[in-house]
Amino acid sequence: MDLLELVNVGKTFPGVTALDGVSLRFRRGTVHALVGENGAGKSTLMSIIAGLLPPDTGELRLEGRPLRPASPREALESGIAMIHQELNLMPFMSVAENIWIGREPVTGLGFVRHRELRARTRELLARLRLDVDPDAELGTLSIAHRQMVEIARALSHRPKLLIMDEPTSALTEREAQQLFMVIRELKAQGTAVIYISHRMEELFAIADEISVLRDGRHVGTDAARNLSRDTLIRMMVGRELHRLFPAPPPPPGAVLLSVHELCREGKFRDVSFELHAGEILGIAGLVGSGRSALAAALFGVAPPTSGTVRIAGDTVRLDSPSAAMAHGLGFVTEDRKESGCFAGLSVLDNLEISVLSRELVRCGFVEARAARLRCGSMLSHLRVKTRGLDERIDNLSGGNQQKVLIGRWLLTRPRILILDEPTRGVDVGAKAEIHELIAQLAAAGTAVLLISSELPEVLGMSHRILVMHEGRITGTLARSEADPVRIMELAAR
Amino acid sequence: MQQPAGNSPSTAPHARRLPPELGILLVLAGLALTFELLGWAFVGHSFLMNGQRLVVMVLQVAVIGVIAVGVTQVIITGGIDLSSGSVVALTAMVAASLAQSSDAARAVYPSLTDLPVIVPLAAGLAVGALAGLVNGALIAWTSIPPFIATLGMMVTARGLARWYTHGEPVSMLTDAFAAIGSGAVPVMIFLAVALVCNVALRYTRYGKYTYAIGSNPQAARVAGIRVGRHLILVYTIAGTLSGLAGVLTAARAVSGQAGMGTMYELDAIAAAVIGGTSLSGGVGRITGTVIGTLILGVVTSGFTFLRIDAYYQEIVKGGIIVAAVVADQYRRRRRAALR
Repeated sequence: MDLLELVNVGKTFPGVTALDGVSLRFRRGTVHALVGENGAGKSTLMSIIAGLLPPDTGELRLEGRPLRPASPREALESGIAMIHQELNLMPFMSVAENIWIGREPVTGLGFVRHRELRARTRELLARLRLDVDPDAELGTLSIAHRQMVEIARALSHRPKLLIMDEPTSALTEREAQQLFMVIRELKAQGTAVIYISHRMEELFAIADEISVLRDGRHVGTDAARNLSRDTLIRMMVGRELHRLFPAPPPPPGAVLLSVHELCREGKFRDVSFELHAGEILGIAGLVGSGRSALAAALFGVAPPTSGTVRIAGDTVRLDSPSAAMAHGLGFVTEDRKESGCFAGLSVLDNLEISVLSRELVRCGFVEARAARLRCGSMLSHLRVKTRGLDERIDNLSGGNQQKVLIGRWLLTRPRILILDEPTRGVDVGAKAEIHELIAQLAAAGTAVLLISSELPEVLGMSHRILVMHEGRITGTLARSEADPVRIMELAAR
Repeated sequence: MQQPAGNSPSTAPHARRLPPELGILLVLAGLALTFELLGWAFVGHSFLMNGQRLVVMVLQVAVIGVIAVGVTQVIITGGIDLSSGSVVALTAMVAASLAQSSDAARAVYPSLTDLPVIVPLAAGLAVGALAGLVNGALIAWTSIPPFIATLGMMVTARGLARWYTHGEPVSMLTDAFAAIGSGAVPVMIFLAVALVCNVALRYTRYGKYTYAIGSNPQAARVAGIRVGRHLILVYTIAGTLSGLAGVLTAARAVSGQAGMGTMYELDAIAAAVIGGTSLSGGVGRITGTVIGTLILGVVTSGFTFLRIDAYYQEIVKGGIIVAAVVADQYRRRRRAALR
């Protein structure tokens, strides 16, 4: 029987139709995946179900009764919980407080029963097989663990319908598997799950039904076993995708970056490698293996504590991002919201900010016309979907924001580009475009350091692959000898 | 999630969008008209049709306005400057002590009287800049929150102002110095400062960096901006403008007193906030701050014009500030909901 039914739901934002008469049914005990390119309307639809946005037209029926949640709280009370793509937790409070905030068990006098709070939290965390102290301050946890806490919080409401928006984007393979076990348990108990993800393998592993949205319309729904990856991609993009990854570019040139016994205490140690001009060097490893810390060290965000770095033969000190930039490095971070986008500012401001330190400025004044021209042609080059340079970056979808951030560095014409999870939370179409772009850059002589948690991406893009485990490089694989099994052996031993 | 499908990005500026200051400009006009009507109803003559009153109205707030222009830039970076009022007092003392005429019976520096007017002016600006530099350096290098760093400076600068002459006022200043504060000169200075900073924020790299840091300091650092150095610059500019305000205050009063400038920092912050500068950083414009300053001026002189007690003035001013912040929150929530 249907738990939730959507009938002709529509939503229009100024100038854009986000949803156009979408009708869907979600059944008890079923994992229903929702896919579509960024901007297809998935998030808007979920926001309507979760009470964050009111629909303009159509109606929602929960167990046959009309549902019109005016707030996330009302949606929760009707049994609908949502786990957001972006974390909404309080970093200075404990795990337990984060989960039960506003619903703490209290004594008659209003004091919190800490022991009970801890016990309940432990029980919940055990269900998720999450080994975290309920009293730990949330801010001290890794992103992956924080994501799991967010999931725990949603489960604590015992929802009838659980909405998960890219729940695995910050998780390692193993943590994702644990999450799937939890999802299967929930399913067995009759919970309906709406699952949004860009990772195809995941969809087929966990989903019973898959619905595709495109440009705000419902394209189709079918049982997962009736669908293939190719059909799904075709439905999503409405055109044939020839290949997911561009052909490997020609072999690389001279050594551009040479790293010798680089350490940062507590993060990574004895890291040595060479990066050639025109080479794409992949770095694989589990979350927490030191990959991102290495990238941050090379770019001077969190400088190394020992070791040497040479660029084109000269020993350099990379103790700040501006110093790294001066040596021709560029860095797209893994966290768009935290350390990438300037929220509230325009696409133009977000694009031009880095290049301004060297170009497009005369006597302190920004050469506005030249800057608009350069940034405008970068937008078309990257095929960013936006109304224009003056659009606020917040109004762009994740994939388009990511393109803007890559464009920010391309404008500086870096010799070495570090990309940390460049396609996280990016839809299939944009992902292929970003891959194409990376290959083009390398072909033009840029040295690329590509960090990714998605094995197909690392395998498909890189000339060579470094594998990291607990802060050390455990192996280097040539393109010809790399396969998922060998990488996982090195990454998880 | 709401971009139109497949539009080619335009490089042309957006077609005539309403300026964000329009709302606050309407508030200013509304307030002025209200006083105009009340004027005809209760006092029997016009509020606005009086050139002298209009000049005095702006003159009263010109000093606040100069400070507010600096504070706006600090707030855009996501910071705050509580030290402005005390820096006004300190710089007023220093400037006045170097502006005494030889008629002064007990000059602070008996050998340094009748100096050219540039000396006290430069000294005032320099002391202000130094105070701002210390604020900025503390914030950039020790990661003390701006609230605390500038609170420290607020207390210290006030103490220095008292210590400077052991609490004695400094008087008998030269006519040339007094001229800086006479007539419409402070208004001219205020508008010139506002114009320069408006251009700097909107058209220069300095401005771009200021907004970027306020919007997301971590991203600004990763984008290659030297965040610490830039913050020091912004606080130094704010301090220099407080120094200028101190010189103007001393020149207008033709004396220096350690109690000058009390609470000016709050009026300046209020002017910025009323003008649409967001306390969470990344948002704000000098044009808004100028209008915010004028609103404070209209309220002050309107109440005086209606011969209403000064106490009510403060109550209404407080209400306006809170309303401005509520409006800011509302705007941001609406934006967030649109995402």
